[in-house]
Amino acid sequence: MTVDLILFFIVALVAITTALGMLLSRNAVYSALFLVLNFATVAVFYLLLAAPFIAITQVTVYAGAIMVLFLFVIMLLGADALPESKVLPWQKPLAVTLALILALESVYLLFIRQTAAGGIGAPNAEFGSPQAIGTMLFNQYLLPFEVTSILLLVAMVGAIVLTKKQKGGQG
Amino acid sequence: MVPVSYYLTLSAVLFTIGALGVLIRRNALIIFMSVELMLNAANVAFVAFASVYEVLSGQIFVFFVMTVAAAEVAVGLALIVAIFRTKHSIDVDQLNNLKG
Amino acid sequence: MILSEAANPGLFFNLVPWIVFFPVIGLLINLIFGRRMSEKAIGTVASLASGLAFVVSVLLAYSLSAVQGHAQTVYLAEWIHIGTLQLDWTFRVDTLSAVMMLVVSGVGTLIHIYAIGYMHEDVRFKNDVGRFRRFFVFLNLFIAMMMILVSGDSYLMLFVGWEGVGLCSFLLIGFWYDMDTLARPSTANADAGKKAFIANRVGDFGFLLAIFTTFWAFGSLQFDTVFSQVEHAPAAVITAITLFMLIGVAGKSAQVPLYVWLPDAMAGPTPVSALIHAATMVTAGVYLVARSAPLYSAVHGAQYIVAMVGAVTALFAATIAVGQYDIKKVLAYSTISQLGFMVAAVGMGAFVAGMFHLVTHAFFKALLFLSAGSIILGMERGHHHLAHGHGEHDGDEEVFDPGDMRNMGNLRKRMPVTFWLYMVGTLALAGIFPFAGFWSKDEILLDAKLHFPGVYTLLAIAAFLTAFYMGRQIWMVFFGQERTEVAEHAEESPPVMTVPLMVLAALSLLGGALNLPGVYTLTRWLEHTIEGAEAGEFSFMVAGVSTALALLAIFISWLLYGRKPLAAGQPDPLKKMLGPIFTGMENKWFVDEGYKAVFIDRYNDLAYFLAQTLDWKFWHDWLHEQVIFRAFKGLTRFLADPVDLGFIDAIANGLANKTKQASASLRRIQNGFVRSYALSVLLGVVTILGYLLFK
Repeated sequence: MTVDLILFFIVALVAITTALGMLLSRNAVYSALFLVLNFATVAVFYLLLAAPFIAITQVTVYAGAIMVLFLFVIMLLGADALPESKVLPWQKPLAVTLALILALESVYLLFIRQTAAGGIGAPNAEFGSPQAIGTMLFNQYLLPFEVTSILLLVAMVGAIVLTKKQKGGQG
Repeated sequence: MVPVSYYLTLSAVLFTIGALGVLIRRNALIIFMSVELMLNAANVAFVAFASVYEVLSGQIFVFFVMTVAAAEVAVGLALIVAIFRTKHSIDVDQLNNLKG
Repeated sequence: MILSEAANPGLFFNLVPWIVFFPVIGLLINLIFGRRMSEKAIGTVASLASGLAFVVSVLLAYSLSAVQGHAQTVYLAEWIHIGTLQLDWTFRVDTLSAVMMLVVSGVGTLIHIYAIGYMHEDVRFKNDVGRFRRFFVFLNLFIAMMMILVSGDSYLMLFVGWEGVGLCSFLLIGFWYDMDTLARPSTANADAGKKAFIANRVGDFGFLLAIFTTFWAFGSLQFDTVFSQVEHAPAAVITAITLFMLIGVAGKSAQVPLYVWLPDAMAGPTPVSALIHAATMVTAGVYLVARSAPLYSAVHGAQYIVAMVGAVTALFAATIAVGQYDIKKVLAYSTISQLGFMVAAVGMGAFVAGMFHLVTHAFFKALLFLSAGSIILGMERGHHHLAHGHGEHDGDEEVFDPGDMRNMGNLRKRMPVTFWLYMVGTLALAGIFPFAGFWSKDEILLDAKLHFPGVYTLLAIAAFLTAFYMGRQIWMVFFGQERTEVAEHAEESPPVMTVPLMVLAALSLLGGALNLPGVYTLTRWLEHTIEGAEAGEFSFMVAGVSTALALLAIFISWLLYGRKPLAAGQPDPLKKMLGPIFTGMENKWFVDEGYKAVFIDRYNDLAYFLAQTLDWKFWHDWLHEQVIFRAFKGLTRFLADPVDLGFIDAIANGLANKTKQASASLRRIQNGFVRSYALSVLLGVVTILGYLLFK
């Protein structure tokens, strides 16, 4: 049991706990806060996996930008618990059953396919550095990178159009 | 020295929790958060494999997933706001206009 | 645009398409812009178009003389290329076609100019510029078609022009299709046009057979190609071709037995009668025979038949002309008679004589027709003047025919210019020295005397009768006393009409110079094209006999009509002398009635039988109603009830019902809840993953 492994188990426990907390909280604000915590643990995993750039991006984009946006909308729409719903009564048990089956299948898959079971050593210092990522992004992946900029622009315009109050008022 | 299968198991568990969130919660915002959780689970798997095979493309892919997730959140939250304006609710069970 | 094969750059052969294009341009201008143009402008454009064609013809003739009359072909466009039939739109300029071009465009131009005045004066005109424009459009179209006819390099191109002029003839005969000479509602003119067209159909059918046979026998329709193979072809084939062609000639050139349309064609306006039905179109048949000279020269039997047809026509029509009272009808039968002379000439192999007579005849017969038109207009003016002067417009006016010679008399006083012009034309037609007709007719008679004595006899009698009926006409129209008030008030025509007549009169006077004995200009000119065009020795005997006959005929006509002028209402003195024969002449030997009894009534009977019995009773009542309709009804009932309802509909409806039921149960799944859909997706994922794991 190395230090790595202990650290992994602790952080993994936190990650699963926060995920379940997000799932089970009655209040949406709590859910959002649990999720922020979860994202932070995932960032730690990224650091363990020799991906410092991705880890920083994870914190900035997910925990920073996206979750702030979530909280903002929650505040805007009100975080009240929803009233009990009578429709789809069998949804919850069925969903839980299926989810468990899915999890079991995935784990079973991992254990019967031992090819991917190699350990993760310490790669060289250059791997995953911002410089290496930048070089690759602006050479091999230049076109997809540019396309994502268009995607973001479209998303921005779409968000503005969707939330704009329509003329004539009923929007 | 953490075996990669641990990371993948963790990824599977997080993904399952996200999927469960989508299925059992009725609050559209929480459904959204669950989707983000699923994306994160997938990202963890990507980065894990990138480290195992020492191929940087996995990390680049995570970068793109994040971009798409950001765009998705922006549009999705805008949709939720727009729906809230007309329905005065964010309960997805109230939205069954497409009933056949 | 115009591709050239002409070798000499300094000559004008490349211009030859313009003899067609100029009239077409003229008619297009009038067609498109005529609505906004004045009468004078329309007439000027049309005359100019024709005149330019004449200028081109002159240039072509000049060029031809510069190359010693060698035939030239100018390629314009690809036309028909099917199998071995290789035809292009190629113009052929040789001495023969050049003569025709000159005549057509020259006389045509003069008549265009004359028509400007004539159409304006016509009582039916009534300032209707639309009609005026239409008239000149047709005239230009006619010139263009005639040019295609004479300039074509193959029988088929010639046929295109041949049909084109037939169409123009039809259009122009029926030009006043809705009224008669005095603007009363009538369809007589339209009927005359139809008659001309149908009679020509019969002839054209023969011509078409000739073309088909030619192609079958020679594999080509090109003149040169056909003629070069004549020696190797069997005589029977050539005889067949030439006789089929003769049917076409009889139709177009108004020979026995298809001549009947030409007298009725006088229903057209007088310039049309002069241009189409005297000077140019009707001579197309003569041109065709002259053009096909190598074919005709090869078979003497056919030549003899052609000559006899011509001679019989010449005599037959001359006898009818004697008994006519309408000034234009006399000229019409005279035209048929003179065409008979030409056909007889070309039939005998005297192609040059025939062409010579064609040219001179174009001059003096156009002159006569146009002068007759002038007389008729003069009479109409007199009638108009009288009607207004006396103010007797009662509504039911007495029917007055301005073309009837019995209504005329002593017009010499009132219309002196026309009188002198008419005299020139008459003397030329009668064959009096030194007028043009004397030389050309004599050449024909000379040839007939040498080779075909029977033909000579017929033609000589016809020539005698020609002089007689023309004398009769002169005495009746211009001398004696006025037989009606109208004749007393007749008025002379304006210069726009008389000046072209003077030109024609000069040509009638001097036209004989074209082929004077000893010089033989025309013979030398044409022998480049027609092989064996020999100049006969001038014979004083023949000339003397024919002149004597003509003078005698005129003298007799003076005895009958000049010495004691006809009084108003008095019957023709010949009637007493000849009795039933004159009645026959007067009634055109009842040929029209005979045709009606033999062909038209039988045809009507047949048509009636076909319509009533065959079509209505058998075809419609029995076959359609009983057989087809009943059977069809039965079949449809069977198909409708057991087959369609019982079987096909059952399948279709059953399928539809099953689909409906299936969809009704399936649509429950579509409950509209997104979470339930997501659950379905997860179920799918789990199932597929499970399958992949445990398969």
